[in-house]
Amino acid sequence: MNLILFTFIVLLGFTSYYFGRRKAYTIQSTKKRLTALPQFYGYYLAIWCAIPAFIIFSLWAIFEPTIVKLLVLSDYSNQGYLDDELNLIYEKTKSLSRGQFTGEITPFIEASAEKYLSLRSIAQSSKAVIVLSIIIASVAYAYKRISSNSRTREPVEKFLNAVLFTASLAAILTTVGIVFSLIFQTIDFFKVIPLFDFVFGTHWYPAKAFVRDSSEALDPTMYSDTFGAVPIFAGTFFIALIAMCVAIPIGLMSGIYLAEYASSKVRQYAKPLIEILAGIPTVVYGFFAALTVGPFLKELGTSMGLEVSAESALAAGGVMGIMIIPFISSLSDDVITSVPQSLRDGSYAMGATKSETIKRVIFPAALPGIVGSILLGVSRAIGETMIVVMASGLAANLTFNPLESTSTITAQIVVILIGDQAFGDPKTQAAFALGMSLFLVTLCLNIVALRVVKKYREKYE
Amino acid sequence: MNKNKEQLLNKRYRAERRFRLYGQSAIFMALLFLTIFIFKIFSTGYSAFQKTWLIVPVNFDAEMMMIDQNPSKEDLQDADYYDIALKSMADLDQNANDDQKNQLKRMVSYFFEKEIKNEILNNPSLIGKTKEVYLTASDDLDQVFKGNYPRDLPEDQRRVSDYQLKIFDQLVAKGKVESKFNISFFTYADSREAELAGIASSFMGSIFSILVCLMIAFPVAVLAAIYLEEFAPKNRFTDFIEVNINNLAAVPSIVFGLLGLGVLLAIFHLPRSTPLVGGITLSLMTLPTIIIAARASLKAVPPSIREAALAMGASRMQTTMHHTVPLSMPGTLSGTIIGLAQALGETAPLILIGMVAFVNTIPGSPMDPAASLPVQIYIWAESAERGFVEKVSACIMVLLGFLIIMNLFAQIIRHKFEKKWS
Repeated sequence: MNLILFTFIVLLGFTSYYFGRRKAYTIQSTKKRLTALPQFYGYYLAIWCAIPAFIIFSLWAIFEPTIVKLLVLSDYSNQGYLDDELNLIYEKTKSLSRGQFTGEITPFIEASAEKYLSLRSIAQSSKAVIVLSIIIASVAYAYKRISSNSRTREPVEKFLNAVLFTASLAAILTTVGIVFSLIFQTIDFFKVIPLFDFVFGTHWYPAKAFVRDSSEALDPTMYSDTFGAVPIFAGTFFIALIAMCVAIPIGLMSGIYLAEYASSKVRQYAKPLIEILAGIPTVVYGFFAALTVGPFLKELGTSMGLEVSAESALAAGGVMGIMIIPFISSLSDDVITSVPQSLRDGSYAMGATKSETIKRVIFPAALPGIVGSILLGVSRAIGETMIVVMASGLAANLTFNPLESTSTITAQIVVILIGDQAFGDPKTQAAFALGMSLFLVTLCLNIVALRVVKKYREKYE
Repeated sequence: MNKNKEQLLNKRYRAERRFRLYGQSAIFMALLFLTIFIFKIFSTGYSAFQKTWLIVPVNFDAEMMMIDQNPSKEDLQDADYYDIALKSMADLDQNANDDQKNQLKRMVSYFFEKEIKNEILNNPSLIGKTKEVYLTASDDLDQVFKGNYPRDLPEDQRRVSDYQLKIFDQLVAKGKVESKFNISFFTYADSREAELAGIASSFMGSIFSILVCLMIAFPVAVLAAIYLEEFAPKNRFTDFIEVNINNLAAVPSIVFGLLGLGVLLAIFHLPRSTPLVGGITLSLMTLPTIIIAARASLKAVPPSIREAALAMGASRMQTTMHHTVPLSMPGTLSGTIIGLAQALGETAPLILIGMVAFVNTIPGSPMDPAASLPVQIYIWAESAERGFVEKVSACIMVLLGFLIIMNLFAQIIRHKFEKKWS
């Protein structure tokens, strides 16, 4: 039904385009000067035909289910049902009306199913009638406007401009959506678990917070010593540190080499090859770390008499470092290339060798940009999920031994939210609280890094 | 004095060479990682494209199938194949006791009944005759045949018994074990049994998610980029939008998963585990990437084009839509493809919105529950069975293949169609 109506509106839109254009030609044939190109008359009519109809159509789609639900459930009001029970009754009603209900059919539910069906059919037919009459009214209005040869280009372009503007709001909406989805769960979480316990607690055992019976009252003491986030914050920064220990030297040196030493031929092949590393999905790195690097390190450690966990922080961090190499090498390559040639020439003129020029002149000049690229790399390392989930442990140990397993914010979010989630349970909310802290930390890093890089670029442009 | 100078100079030159060597070794290291990586994936994965079959004689005995001599098509559909399937396996060893018969049955996949049924449905004249039928070997025997299975382990530590190995070796000696290209890897859905697991369901899931992502992200991103680059006034608000876009591009992907979970599933009640929700989540993630690419390529169109159009009397909207946007399309499209390639490899957000559910049917629309290729890699990598290791690598090869094709495509579009302004 909706689909038919939808296609119908679209078809009507196209027809009105042709009517509008034809009207323009008839005006033209009377030797009157048109105020815009004929197709604008068409667009004008088509917009007036489709847009009001679509607005009504979508408003209807949003409000119809709520209103029907209210009307159906109005029979049950004042009977002392709880909200949850009412929802259950409504779900039963709906499935009965679709003929998929398998439970016991009571006369009450049968009656409301009938009511539901009749309300739905009234709603459907009145929707069709209203949408069609809106189309007729607005097209008639617009047709009258274009018959008098009034302006059509300006309104059409204003409309397009509004569409473009709305699209540009998508980015803001996404950010709002992220904050919105995180903040309420986080607030609920901190109502049960004190902020202090979360930030300074050293025990993280979310498995202890089993899904509780929703009818029971929440007992905060049950969760004491369960959601102390210190071990996972520490683990996150520790693994990021290991990753950066791999990525910074290799990434920076390859960036310098590509920018200053490499012949154009080497550059042409080496640069895209290194960038392949950035295009490999992280789940593939995770598999590589878990299957190859982890066991390899374990064997190596055993042969040296060290005890290495198969899921060590070193394996996850090291592989993560490989993943980050291209981010650092590409960005620092760009940054170094944009250092003005005059600085190099000056240094060479004083008799410095190439490496001395790089170390004493170019590197300090490019430092802000390089720091920016490293910060972006750190933000990647902190937000990386799959490598840690697959290659490092899932139990949150508070340790700084790279050979033991640790866990990170991202890995804990996945551990908690994989499978079914019960909203309203502190365990689920904990994942959102972790997500919030992750979002805030990476946001700060990104803002600082982007600002540093931008300032730096402006300096030399 | 002179000697000192020379020493100093030599020292400086040595430092120069050292520094250069550091650079070279850094590049070498990065490329070495890449090579090890690709080598490892290919060397563990290539064998998954072969599948081991046991060739077993089956006697299509009408009585055991509980049908008469000239059955109709429906009779054949409903006939009992379990008994003859079981008997043909048991007949591999005439002297087998009950326990050994059970072991014989477990040498093939649990599809053996279906495989025998298909054989006779294709050729009903087989009734009453004996024919050799190809049956999928169990995944452990598959691994034994490919040489990936440690046969020298003590018997209680492996899942293949000595007896099964003995019979299997006899079959190999008789030439009754064959390895063929593994078509079912591409046509079967996921399964708990490694020998029957395929990527069809996750592949379709990926395709649907990417399509949904493309349909949402591309138009919105292009329109937004046009506004920001061509029409937006320079003020605080547009600056704010710009900062927003740059930050979104660097937000960890798992946060988008939380967004999908907290808004799309919890508030809008969209169906869980479906490519629809996955696609919407991914589209929010790719949006900034495409906007940034589209803006860059709009910026690259020289102002002279706009000036010429404006001078001919075109309105700003006409200038943009008729000249600037079409000229910027190659860059925008290649940026879009690269953004989609990123989305195709994304795992974490899809796990959060429930696309890790075990799906053993092939989804027919974006509203059906599905996995996606990277999630399938994760699911199989977490399975303990040996047979899944090569499947994971093979699945990675398929995924990497797609990513390479998409990136090549983006390169071609960029080089072939992009105008060079100079």
